[in-house]
This record gives sequence, structure tokens and C-alpha cells, in this order.
Amino acid sequence: MEDLFKIVKSRLKIDIKNPRKNKVNIPSGLLFKCPRCQTAIFNDDFESVGRICTNCGYHSRLTALQRLEITADKGTFVEYDANLSSVNPINFPGYEEKVKALMAKTGLKEAIVTGECEIRGERCVIGIMDSHFMMASMGSVVGEKITRAFERAIEKKLPVVLFAASGGARMQEGIVSLMQMAKTSGAVALHSEAGLFYCTVLTDPTTGGVTASFASLGDVILAEPKVLVGFAGRRVIEGTIKQRLPDEFQSAEFLQSHGFVDMIVERKRMRHVLYHLLKLHKREAIPEWIK
Amino acid sequence: MDKITAWEKLSIIRNPKRPNAYDYIANIFENYYEMCGDRLYSDDRAITGGIATFEKLPVTVIATVRGKNIEQNKEVNFAMAHPEGYRKALRLAKQAEKFKRPVICLVDTPGAYCGVQAEERGQGEAIARNLKEFMRLKTPIISIITGEGGSGGALGLAVCDELAMLENAVYSVISPRGAANILWRDSSKEKEAANTMKITAEDLIKLGVADKIISEPLCGAHNDINMTCDNIVEYLFESLKRNCKKSLENLLESRYNKFRKIGLFSE
Repeated sequence: MEDLFKIVKSRLKIDIKNPRKNKVNIPSGLLFKCPRCQTAIFNDDFESVGRICTNCGYHSRLTALQRLEITADKGTFVEYDANLSSVNPINFPGYEEKVKALMAKTGLKEAIVTGECEIRGERCVIGIMDSHFMMASMGSVVGEKITRAFERAIEKKLPVVLFAASGGARMQEGIVSLMQMAKTSGAVALHSEAGLFYCTVLTDPTTGGVTASFASLGDVILAEPKVLVGFAGRRVIEGTIKQRLPDEFQSAEFLQSHGFVDMIVERKRMRHVLYHLLKLHKREAIPEWIK
Repeated sequence: MDKITAWEKLSIIRNPKRPNAYDYIANIFENYYEMCGDRLYSDDRAITGGIATFEKLPVTVIATVRGKNIEQNKEVNFAMAHPEGYRKALRLAKQAEKFKRPVICLVDTPGAYCGVQAEERGQGEAIARNLKEFMRLKTPIISIITGEGGSGGALGLAVCDELAMLENAVYSVISPRGAANILWRDSSKEKEAANTMKITAEDLIKLGVADKIISEPLCGAHNDINMTCDNIVEYLFESLKRNCKKSLENLLESRYNKFRKIGLFSE
């Protein structure tokens, strides 16, 4: 009897793994399947419009370098702390190897690039998270780079623009990663007390410990259309309530309608909006006649 | 006796007989007046807070509440707070700041609640705001993890000047079950995850996260609640003396540095 159950169970597992036997084999890299509307579009079309779903307008992930290119003025970017890299604070098995492999694969040292740049001539400190590096999870390096970026911004009296994207805290660094939430939020608090402007841009995906710390603390919070933003993972919630969630759940639009995002800004307008916001928050923005 | 593993500690702190927030408050403080509501949406029973005296000193107490049976747990949502719980905590902390009362947080929660309503009301934002505001709160904050310190849900009440942990308490970035699920896609490896993640009080002292271990009676706090509470009182007495003496500037600077220095990397 027991064996019978085992057989049925193992059959079930196979069926779950291969739900459609007559699946057409499509060479990988030809199509992009939108995670929001499930439409498949040709990769060339998708790339040519700047990695945006041509059907629903979902703004897909960029690398930090691609983001920097479309945001900062040419030749103005100076990187901070480029050499910070991860060690293994809780001796988690296999962590160092994983980081090394990702470094080789992505050409990045860690999941965030920070520095100083100009956006249409407005100087600011910038941070860009890159989801291609361990889903941009926040460990010691990400926490330290963000904290230092804010501390430098205070020193230089500069605003901060931060493109958030993250799967949350980095499990492999255990409690140390949780503490980065407190550390970065503390740096935001000091920057805020100094009367300086902080703008966050939520990009795909911003979740977990990053949503529960610096990403939610901007004076102004922008988001790209249709991106995933939330605290708990969708799978976790579906597991808790035992039902499927609607597609628009945890989208930028969902957050805006619940009061947690100021503006949803399309990629092609982002540079323009950031420039205006930076300009509006300058002390010198106050005209002569009112002084 | 062999050292108790993280997994064994979890079974001690998940024992339904383990004292909960109301037991500690009744034994440690006097004149506890519970204050309700976040003044924005509702009152979250998963977090209790109010004013009390500790050795005649007025203090603000904020604590997560674990139920002892299914009925109680339904009311307190298994100690998993919604955003309104964190916002109530912040309201009471701000009140404490105004009246210059120290804040004492008792933490025992599997984590912040994960659900549709929690997302709609901004669980992430509520925790983030607490981290930022607690970091700069102009009055001493002492947090004690009395059982489970579950992730962001615990950290929302644990940005403090001193963090103490009861001997069997654990504090982790994610529940061991969640860790097993994310890392190995297999939640049955919970035990293995618990023992790998460095979550015991001793581990956290070594990592510079916790400052003090408060000892428990043999086999856990529930075996002698009075003794456990006496140990907590003794610790709070010393800790409050230390932190209330500091100048405000010094207090806030060392609080920032306490978290600022955590993190390991190479440069």
C-alpha cells in the first residue's frame, strides 16, 4: 500500500514538473515573457524600446551600468567605494563561492553602485542597485556603501537619488544583513536632519528588508510603471492565505493607490523629472523677490 | 551538559507555557496603564504598549504579545503585528520622548505579519519609519528579546541603545523555516537552517548585535517566572542607570554608532 502511494506521489511530481507535454521548443533568448501580463514579445522589440513590455508597459530590469547611462550626464560620474566586496560574516556554507561566481558573471563587485554625478547639470549623490547580482539583496557591502553615500552627501551638502531594487536582506549574511536595515535608515535620518533632499526610485523588484528600510524613506518616492514593490513575497502571502492574488497586487500602481508612492514615472521621462525635483529642492531655488 | 543548540532553544521558546509580555509586565513593572491605537487606523493587539513605573521611574513599555492558547493567539495574531502595531509603537515612543521617559521594548515575535491587508497598509513603510525614528528618538531605548526575534518585525522594536537577550532567545533575519525554503527550497530542512544561521544569544554577542545575555532558570523561563523576572529587573536597573546618565548628544551618537559599525567586508 505504502509503495502504491509512493508511486502515485512520484507520478504526480513528474506531472507537475511537465505540465504541458506538447510544449513547443523555442530557442532561449528569442522571446521575452512579461511577468505582469504574461505576453511574449520578441526580444529585439523589447530591447529596442528600452526593456519595456510593449503590451502593458511593464518596465523591466536594467543593469546598474545601463541605468547610469540613461540617468547621469556623460562623463560626470565619479564612483565611491568601488572596491568594497563581501566576506562571509556567519561562515555560511558556499557563500564565498557564490559571490565569486557572480562577480565573474556580472563584472560587478557587489549589488550596488554608488557615486556622485550630475543630472542635467544638477549635482547629486546617486546609488543604483543591480538585481543581476544575487537579486540585489542587502548584505554588509550594500549597507555600508549606502551608509557611506549618505554620509558623504551630508558632508558635501548634496541630495541623494537612489534607484532601489532588491529581493530583501541577504540570507547568507544572517543577522548582520538585518542590521544593515537599521544602519541605512539611521544614515537617512541624519541626512534628513541636515535638511537635504532624498529621492527614491522604486524599480523592479523592490521587496523585503529594502522596502522596510531606506527605500520607503525618501522625501519623494517615485516608481517605474508596473514594477513589483512589496514587503512580503507573493509566494509567502499566497501560502498564508491559500488563494491566488490578483495580478496587479504589489505593483507600483497598487502602492500608489494605497498612498505609498508619489509618482509613477516612465523611463523616458525619469531623467527630466529627477532634474526638476533636484532643482526644486535647492536652497537657491527661492527667487530674489521673496527674500 | 552539552551546549543547547539553536534548534533546541527554538523548542524552549515556542513552549506555550513560556511567559508572555503580560507576565513580564506584571512582574517587572508597576501601575501599567495600557494605551491603545495608532490614531490612524486601528488598535493592533499583537503589540501592547503603555506607561508604567519601574522602581518608581516612569517608563514607556512596548511589547509584542504571544498568546498562550489558540483563543488568545487568534486575538493577538500569533504575535505578528500589522502596520498599525508598529505605528502604535511609534506613537508611544514619541510620547515617551516628549515626557522624557525611557522606552523599554520586549520582543517575542515570529515576524511582521505577511498578508494582503498588511501590504495594503504599508508594512514595509511602517517598519522603515520606526527604524528611522527610533534611531533619533531623544530618550533612552532598551530592547530585550525574550523569545523569538523574527526579522524586520523584531527590528521594528529593536533599534535601541542596548539590546539584551534572554538566554534561550534567538534573533534572526528570517525564520529558520523561511530560510530553509529560500535557500534550499525545502522547508523540512528547518533544523539544519536554525543551526547554520547563527541565531542564538551567544552568536549575537560575538557578532556585536546583542550587548547582554540575561540568564534563565534551567530548561527555560517558564520553569521559574519570578527568577526570570528578577534577572530582567536586575539588568534593567543597571542599564537604565547607564543610559539615563548620558547626555542626549552622546546617547544618540553612540546609538548611531552601535548600528553603524555592524557589517563585515573587505576593501
